[in-house]
Amino acid sequence: MDFTLTEERSMLRDMLGRFLAESYEHEMRQKLLASGQSHSTETFASLAELGILGALFREEQGGFGGEGFDIAVVFEELGRVGSIEPILGNAVLAGHLLATLGQGAQDEMIGSVISGETVLAFAHAEAGSRFDLSHVQVKADIAAGGITLDGVKTHVINGGDAQVFVVSARESGEAGDEAGISLFLVPANTPGVSVAVRTNIDGTSGATVTLSEVQLQEDQRLGKAGGSFAAIEAATAQAILAVSAEALGAMESAKALTVSYLKERKQFGIPIGKFQALQHRMADMLIEIEQARSAVVNLASALDKPRPIREREASATKNLIGRVGALVAEECIQMHGGIGMTGEYALSHFARRLTMIDHQFGDVDHHLERFIALKSA
Amino acid sequence: MDLNYTSTQDAFRAEVAAFLSENLPEHIREKVRLGKRISKADTEEWNAILNAQGWLAPNWPQEYGGAEWDAVQRQIFEEECCLAHAPRLVPFGLTMLAPVLLKFGSEAQRRHFLPRILNGEDWWCQGYSEPGAGSDLAAVKTRAVREGDHYVVNGQKTWTTLGQHANWIFCLVRTNTEVKKQAGISFLLIDMNTPGVTVRPIELIDGEAEVNEVFFDNVRVPVENLIGEEDMGWTYAKYLLTHERTNIAGVGFSNAALTTLKKVAAGTLAGGRPLDQNPHFAARMAQVEIDLMAMRTTNLRVVSAAAAGQAPGAESSMLKVKGTQIRQELTSLLRRAAGPDAMPFLPEYLEGGDNQDPMGPEHAPAAAPNYFNMRKLSIFGGSNEVQRSIITKAILEL
Ligand SMILES: Cc1cc2nc3c(=O)[nH]c(=O)nc-3n(C[C@H](O)[C@H](O)[C@H](O)COP(=O)(O)OP(=O)(O)OC[C@H]3O[C@@H](n4cnc5c(N)ncnc54)[C@H](O)[C@@H]3O)c2cc1C
Repeated sequence: MDFTLTEERSMLRDMLGRFLAESYEHEMRQKLLASGQSHSTETFASLAELGILGALFREEQGGFGGEGFDIAVVFEELGRVGSIEPILGNAVLAGHLLATLGQGAQDEMIGSVISGETVLAFAHAEAGSRFDLSHVQVKADIAAGGITLDGVKTHVINGGDAQVFVVSARESGEAGDEAGISLFLVPANTPGVSVAVRTNIDGTSGATVTLSEVQLQEDQRLGKAGGSFAAIEAATAQAILAVSAEALGAMESAKALTVSYLKERKQFGIPIGKFQALQHRMADMLIEIEQARSAVVNLASALDKPRPIREREASATKNLIGRVGALVAEECIQMHGGIGMTGEYALSHFARRLTMIDHQFGDVDHHLERFIALKSA
Repeated sequence: MDLNYTSTQDAFRAEVAAFLSENLPEHIREKVRLGKRISKADTEEWNAILNAQGWLAPNWPQEYGGAEWDAVQRQIFEEECCLAHAPRLVPFGLTMLAPVLLKFGSEAQRRHFLPRILNGEDWWCQGYSEPGAGSDLAAVKTRAVREGDHYVVNGQKTWTTLGQHANWIFCLVRTNTEVKKQAGISFLLIDMNTPGVTVRPIELIDGEAEVNEVFFDNVRVPVENLIGEEDMGWTYAKYLLTHERTNIAGVGFSNAALTTLKKVAAGTLAGGRPLDQNPHFAARMAQVEIDLMAMRTTNLRVVSAAAAGQAPGAESSMLKVKGTQIRQELTSLLRRAAGPDAMPFLPEYLEGGDNQDPMGPEHAPAAAPNYFNMRKLSIFGGSNEVQRSIITKAILEL
């Protein structure tokens, strides 16, 4: 048993933390959001140069990390500053699928993902799919001349930034069947692909991707025909780890802002942090954030375990993170008073992201139910 | 003990419901139903309709154009308005300033200002809070110095709700710095078009600039705009706060929110079945409904005590804490129900434009902004911490 980070990971964390503290200083982040851009191309290029994307892939995939704790370290730092850079959908989801399923020429693209030249996005969710990974209705029609994709994909993370989409589509069966789902590599400039970008309430960027009679060749299929569900589930477990660690970073920042505000803000002639009514709630929050940290550790170490163990940990962690995230967001706003509700102040940004993380990859209720089902399985 | 309404009260409810179904403009109803933003024009349009009916000021005496309803009637009116998706009445003139004018204002002030509230000439905002005076309201620093027949006002108010629409602000100002802080405050009415008044919007967590900072730089205010006596403002302010806290339980809002939530949950598929059949979500909905059922009665118990001539005292703190918890939980569930569709931020949609989002269900775009906005319920009007302190001291005598 060892709860210390390896030397490499401590260095990675410190370097990334230092870099982000400057490039994602709150005012700069505010300007970035106000600019309407989905992210900072400059910061993203620097992150790639620093090897942050490489840290998310394994050696045999061309990276130098890729384990649970690498993802956890990187995303905690990203969460601490409220990064909106395209890393989650790009490297953790689409990149992971490409790295695990890709063959030959497909695999070579990983190098340009790690260098930041190519941004990928994972186009999987659909209207009504909610948190159900097997709810795929977009059809892949296979004919002698090639493959035709038709349908609409929603909530594609950083979909507006992607040069290439990893698109899930159904070759057989019905929505809800795990079998029959395939993945395809679809360049964004393929005729028939259109992308409508939207900013989310937490500042991140999503897109609706419409595929109308998109023609593909057989070599654009990623992995086996109809056999991609297991890889999608594994990639999603990685993404759950990533956003859970991101939430942890956001919780730490929200807590730090609140603690210093409680010391600074005076009412009735004394710092409000002297009121026991608030002190005990801060103490409870600290306990819950430590629990959140442990939940992230649990999932990070379970990522390579057999599926039943991994998925049960994923649901446990996401449920706990959702609960603690809501607590931290709501309590930190409340203890700030009016200031906590202002759009300019950093706290409201952490609160928005923390809240929205519960809307990605399954919320507390979804994962509670799933945890119960996996337990009895 | 009789939990049933009288037949007169039932008839009143039916009358209100019929009026609303005939007179509430569809475009406004639809905005409220979907949690969209209500514009100044919407509020003015609806106020004019209610005023024509004599229902704009439920709590005022008929002599001044009010409906003069008792507390139970007002409760019924509020419940029906919420269920019909009528916009909320902006309280600052109608239910905050007016009671103060009626009790402490001069007859000249009443005759001048009250009709202008009803006919929409004046839009009032509340200038209590300051950067340094939130929970500790008596710490207000905005200074008013008497110079002949004017007060010269300098200082800053903040969190002024809808101050961007207002042409008048009622303020707590410091007129005496020599005495205990509560004893040196006056209640002053200020025309916001006076030179030296600046309004700066503050964008909130939901992306809307609902509140403002209001700055006063050598603003000259005629002395006849003082309410009551100089240095007696704290008494008037506290009186106003007790009125601010009537309806604080928000039972009408919660009833309407629960109805919406049930519809949304039944119409949302999660894991292949309606969301209201997910045992965990269903349990959360049931829990808040049970709390609301009890709150309806708690509220009526307090409200009817007031109707019999007893002022709701510290009990209103109880309504505030539990009532806002219920409202916040309902907005939280509505947000959760939206799932991933709660994420996109669509200001054009919220402003009332057509639904340009082809993907999400109609209630989804406002779900997260409203959830975030409603965090204010436990902060303003005396934070829930402050209410608990009131209960501790005034009821428990701890
Ligand atoms: C959306 C919104 C609209 C508003 N509209 C108006 C308006 O129109 N006009 C107006 O005048 N004001 C308005 N307010 C201001 C509101 O009344 C204040 O925010 C409120 O009084 C709290 O003050 P504060 O924000 O300075 O927080 P603070 O008083 O600084 O409180 C910060 C935290 O400390 C807690 N706290 C403070 N004192 C104690 C104590 N003794 N014991 C335990 N805990 C304590 C509070 O509960 C809170 O959690 C509005 C506020 C908001 C958020």
